[in-house]
Amino acid sequence: MSTDPDSGPHSGGSLPDQRRPAPTEAGPGTVERGSFGAHGPGDTSGFGGLVRRPYVAPEAERPYGAPFDEISDALEAAYPGFAGTVTKVVVDRDELTFHVRREHLLELCRTLRDDPALRFELCSSVSGVDYLGTPDRLHSVYHLTSMTYRRRLRLEVAVSVEDPHVPSVTSVYPTADWHERETYDMYGIVYDGHPALTRILMPDDWEGHPQRKDYPLGGVPVEYKGATIPPPDERRSYS
Amino acid sequence: MTSTSDTSQNGDGRVRRDTDPYATSRETTEGRVYTVTGGDFQDLLAGGDPIDEERLVLNMGPQHPSTHGVLRLVLELEGETVLQTRLVIGYLHTGIEKNTEYRNWTQGVTFLTRADYLSPIFTETAYCLGVERLLGIQAPDRATMLRVLLMEINRVSSHWVWFATGGLEIGALTAMTNGFRAREWCLDVLELITGLRMNHAYVRPGGVAQDLPPGAVEEIRSWLDKMRREVDDLEKLLTGQPIWHARLKDVGYIDVPGCISLGVTGPLLRASGLPWDLRKVEPYCGYENYDFEVPISDRGDCWARYVVRVAEIRESLKIVAQVLERLEPGPVMVADRKIAWPAQLALGPDGLGNSLDHVKKIMGQSMEALIHHFKLVTEGFRVPPGQVYSVVESPRGELGAHVVSDGGTRPFRVHLREPSFVNLQAAPVLTEGGLIADVIASVASIDPIMGGVDR
Repeated sequence: MSTDPDSGPHSGGSLPDQRRPAPTEAGPGTVERGSFGAHGPGDTSGFGGLVRRPYVAPEAERPYGAPFDEISDALEAAYPGFAGTVTKVVVDRDELTFHVRREHLLELCRTLRDDPALRFELCSSVSGVDYLGTPDRLHSVYHLTSMTYRRRLRLEVAVSVEDPHVPSVTSVYPTADWHERETYDMYGIVYDGHPALTRILMPDDWEGHPQRKDYPLGGVPVEYKGATIPPPDERRSYS
Repeated sequence: MTSTSDTSQNGDGRVRRDTDPYATSRETTEGRVYTVTGGDFQDLLAGGDPIDEERLVLNMGPQHPSTHGVLRLVLELEGETVLQTRLVIGYLHTGIEKNTEYRNWTQGVTFLTRADYLSPIFTETAYCLGVERLLGIQAPDRATMLRVLLMEINRVSSHWVWFATGGLEIGALTAMTNGFRAREWCLDVLELITGLRMNHAYVRPGGVAQDLPPGAVEEIRSWLDKMRREVDDLEKLLTGQPIWHARLKDVGYIDVPGCISLGVTGPLLRASGLPWDLRKVEPYCGYENYDFEVPISDRGDCWARYVVRVAEIRESLKIVAQVLERLEPGPVMVADRKIAWPAQLALGPDGLGNSLDHVKKIMGQSMEALIHHFKLVTEGFRVPPGQVYSVVESPRGELGAHVVSDGGTRPFRVHLREPSFVNLQAAPVLTEGGLIADVIASVASIDPIMGGVDR
């Protein structure tokens, strides 16, 4: 058994929902404890000792391996503000990720698209991820494809819920139009400079941003042969 | 005509709205929010329309037989000429991506297969390739070949639906009846292999759900013969037909730079002249080992898309034949029992389920096997943290799965880069400036599947 007093199984009394910390409590290193999803006393599953820490990808070091070194070299040569814009480089599962400061995102994208050594002509996808529990929890993720060199690159911009502004890349990649609308719809990331940033999948008068991690899935308990099964987001989870 | 007046109130007392004429707006903390609504025809009839009175705003859809599902088009017309096309989507949004975050990694397949309901195998494969890369495993050869086999059968069936619905929408009813009949034969084969006509959930992280049933190879061979005849018949029926030419040629033009800047991939991009097929340029699932061509055309119009899709059916049939020749016995799931579900599925009187032998073993002989089975199915396996973006070439273009794991037993985030969603953005380019009748042909030539668009 763990000697950490906080991580032992909870006993008795009514427990607050430990699964999702309130956004205001979320800070660096926020951890979740307990049997995620279990309510009230009587947890004998042994999962009361679960601890989950938010995952932060480790920074990669040179050499990144081909062709990622070439991409980085070409970008550093073509874009003078590389050091101040790209805050972290991650190489994981044969994929290259640049974590980018939002201030220079647009210039960076223009360089990536137009520079003859880079030529990331196609913006495959823009999506969001909500890393609840990390400082800038909303991430806007761009998947760029170089059709000339047959390479892929991921850009990631992190913003907070209080200041969710990211410059829109629609002037460089017109295809980002609907992608950014969807990410705004689902995560509330506001893309400044977007021609018409409105909801796209949810109804126009919907409140809240459904894909955020603190937005409940919803659902009703289902009764089957006398037993009641809670909705999916209230069931016990192991991670 | 008062439309050229710049004043906010015209002489006849009509109030000019400063905001968007089709959408009321309200200010929120996050900026101005527009609400696009229908039902403003009374305003238009009363003369409240600030736009030139010759112009007509026509709402097409979301319930319209020509819109390929619940797609709504708001068209601004002058006579029969389309001045502006706006698309309204979201009517089929079911929260598939959000739902996967509350199920384990294997159950994720069951949700994602329902996104693009005409090419479910592709969505399953894109997701499973992503999960496998996160896990650092590779599916066995036979499983990979079965995936290729099913993907190509699925591509054929998806293109048949395109001929069927596309033909129906511009009045070629025989294309519809023939297309759906041919598609039904494809679904028969898929049903034989996976147990279901649609929403298969057949491709699983680590391999596929089960091996080919007895007699499947012979069945697929006879299906191949039938399909070759069907494609020939289709070409006899349509390729030389003057009405089909007149409806498709020089309609809905888009060039390669237009496609790339709008993110358009798949048959549309290839019909504009760029041989960009992920099976060739970024091979996955061993596509580099198969002999097939990437059909292209340089016309960039609806006709070119028809030609490219017909040729793609033939190429897919070639791949299917090659897979059948190369199939060798072997496992269809990774050997790691911490990932592969222990169940061996079998067809019973009430449908597909756990084989009776397996149930006998876990209920009667091995408590450990029962515990293992229970844990793996309820809790699932853990996937090391990280993120990947895995792509496959679906019948509609680049289908990407952005899969993020936080190290748990459930996906942290799954985002589908749906080619239907992206390609649909090109609809205004294809339709604006053309005739309203060509809107139908143009939108049909994109082949958007609303289940995939709205997810």
